[in-house]
Amino acid sequence: MSDLLLVQDLKVHFGGGKTILGKPKATVHAVDGINFSVPKGKTLGIVGESGSGKTTAALAILRLVNITEGKITIGDEEISALQGDELRKARRRFQIIFQDPYSSLDPRRRAGEIVREPLDLMEVGNPDDRDKAVEDLFAQVGLRSEQRNLFPHQFSGGQRQRISLARALATKPEIIVCDEPVSALDVAIQAQILNLMIKLQIDLNLTYLFISHDLGVVQYVCDEVAVMYLGKIVEQADRKTIFSQPKHPYTQALLSAVPSAKLAKGGAGSGVALKGDPPSPINLPKGCSFAERCPLADFRCREDRPDLKFVDANHTVACHMVQ
Amino acid sequence: MSLLKVENIVVDFATRAGPARVLDHVSLSVAEGQTLGVVGESGCGKSMTALSIMGLVPSPPGEIISGRILFEGEDLIQADEPRMRKIRGKDISMIFQEPMTSLNPVFTVGEQIAESLRLHEQGSAGDAWTKAVDMIRAVGIPEPELRAKNYPHQMSGGMRQRVMIAMALACGPRLLIADEPTTALDVTVQAQIFDLLKDLQNKNKTAIILITHDMGVIAQMCDHVAVMYAGKVIETGTTQEILASPRHPYTKGLISCVPHLEEIPSEERLPLMEIPGVVPPLTQLGKGCAFAPRCSQKMPDCEGVKPSMVTCSQSHSAACLALSNEVPA
Repeated sequence: MSDLLLVQDLKVHFGGGKTILGKPKATVHAVDGINFSVPKGKTLGIVGESGSGKTTAALAILRLVNITEGKITIGDEEISALQGDELRKARRRFQIIFQDPYSSLDPRRRAGEIVREPLDLMEVGNPDDRDKAVEDLFAQVGLRSEQRNLFPHQFSGGQRQRISLARALATKPEIIVCDEPVSALDVAIQAQILNLMIKLQIDLNLTYLFISHDLGVVQYVCDEVAVMYLGKIVEQADRKTIFSQPKHPYTQALLSAVPSAKLAKGGAGSGVALKGDPPSPINLPKGCSFAERCPLADFRCREDRPDLKFVDANHTVACHMVQ
Repeated sequence: MSLLKVENIVVDFATRAGPARVLDHVSLSVAEGQTLGVVGESGCGKSMTALSIMGLVPSPPGEIISGRILFEGEDLIQADEPRMRKIRGKDISMIFQEPMTSLNPVFTVGEQIAESLRLHEQGSAGDAWTKAVDMIRAVGIPEPELRAKNYPHQMSGGMRQRVMIAMALACGPRLLIADEPTTALDVTVQAQIFDLLKDLQNKNKTAIILITHDMGVIAQMCDHVAVMYAGKVIETGTTQEILASPRHPYTKGLISCVPHLEEIPSEERLPLMEIPGVVPPLTQLGKGCAFAPRCSQKMPDCEGVKPSMVTCSQSHSAACLALSNEVPA
């Protein structure tokens, strides 16, 4: 299977340079050298705590923040090298769904106009057919066609997320980046949206980059999972391996922190409990960035930064303690 | 003997479309040292139940129509404002969902914790400060002497929620109401906060009412559960009963619509069970069961007859017509 999205050594740093007084400004290493690829029609999940750089990585792939270093390729097109109008035109190939359906839709425009806008901007089809296209998109995401004339505030959270999906699908993209698409929704509504996203993926052969901190949702949706910590991928494997045989102590801690609805499990405190918060991405520690919170860390972890290495054909881990 | 007993409380809100029944004969109870979980979607009346207990229902537009809230035998609905002020923060306290917005940005966290101590307890301002620092230590924040002098913006989300807990527990309340205390936090921090709450509960025999929408949290933290829908309690029971043998279709839906984390994920991806539609507006509730339009097991009678609570076991009851038919009264 060929890879649709290829990300090579992506770095996004914020700040740097000098203040007007000539003092050097602090640099935030939001994303610090990550590599991954997603085959067509598959879903890669990125998980991690807040501040781990997962959203910044997504925004960089969409070219919504400046890339410090690295290469992003979609199909045969190098997205990271495009500028100006070329970049704008290429945007029809990659779209996004944001977390908060309340702030990501323009409150003063009707739902139909919101979904039509990308069609007009990208000049998809001829103008007379576009109303029909909007109608089809509404049907595809499970909204009624007369709802095109309503404003966002007249919809519920789940319906608004359906509008976001319709807007993202309008330009017939190959890849959709989903940044916590269901975490702002009620649990009963989450299932509706997740089922819809999976149905659309099968029908349209979509590729998803799925960002979430909800590991239950990630396990359900994703084919492959990358775990990020302080701007780096610390473990990556296919869905089955990462949940059944997690190797990195951080992945293990994340998994054991999820409260399980199964009564048999020991409840809070079972497994590896993490203490404290992640260190600041401004002054990165010299060694492994997880060493401070890691139950296994020894002197080598504090001195020497571990690289991602293969432990299996499809399983990479960045940890000195994993053989 | 229960510490808090809420009996048949009814709360109406005046809206332009007429009065909306926000709480409809809600009854709950929680005993010393126990945790009661309250679950449901947004708009089901979970937070309003908490506000009623605290005497914080905004009035107008809200009005408590009837019912009793017995706290150690005293009816809080009859209590006047000065009495409620004595109880709030001292005997009953609350942790809110959003630790960013519920702390005052212009005071240090130490001052904010000391404030409730100065109001409710004897002793000098110095004593209150010392006790505030002790509380910050008790909730597991390192370097409490320094941290007490921090402003909220200098702390992370998890730290701020710890400060909220320190503040809520400063006067040693008998009852703590936690309204989605970890929804805004990462799972790793959530696990830390729950460990902390459990520790403090074991030490002080505090009763906790935990409002959440996460069945995993319920399984981990609660002894009893009340499931709410459209302003009513539709099922109550022990955690074991609710999770292992739910009787109401809404409870069943809430449990199975969430993708649960499996240690060995299945190869196949079965579609998630959905609860179609949304919670109806409270001004547009029909005569029958409020859940009927979304229910997969709806019967012809459901639209016309309001189901009453049916006892399934000593501690377990649910409001569903299918159950009433099963066990004829």
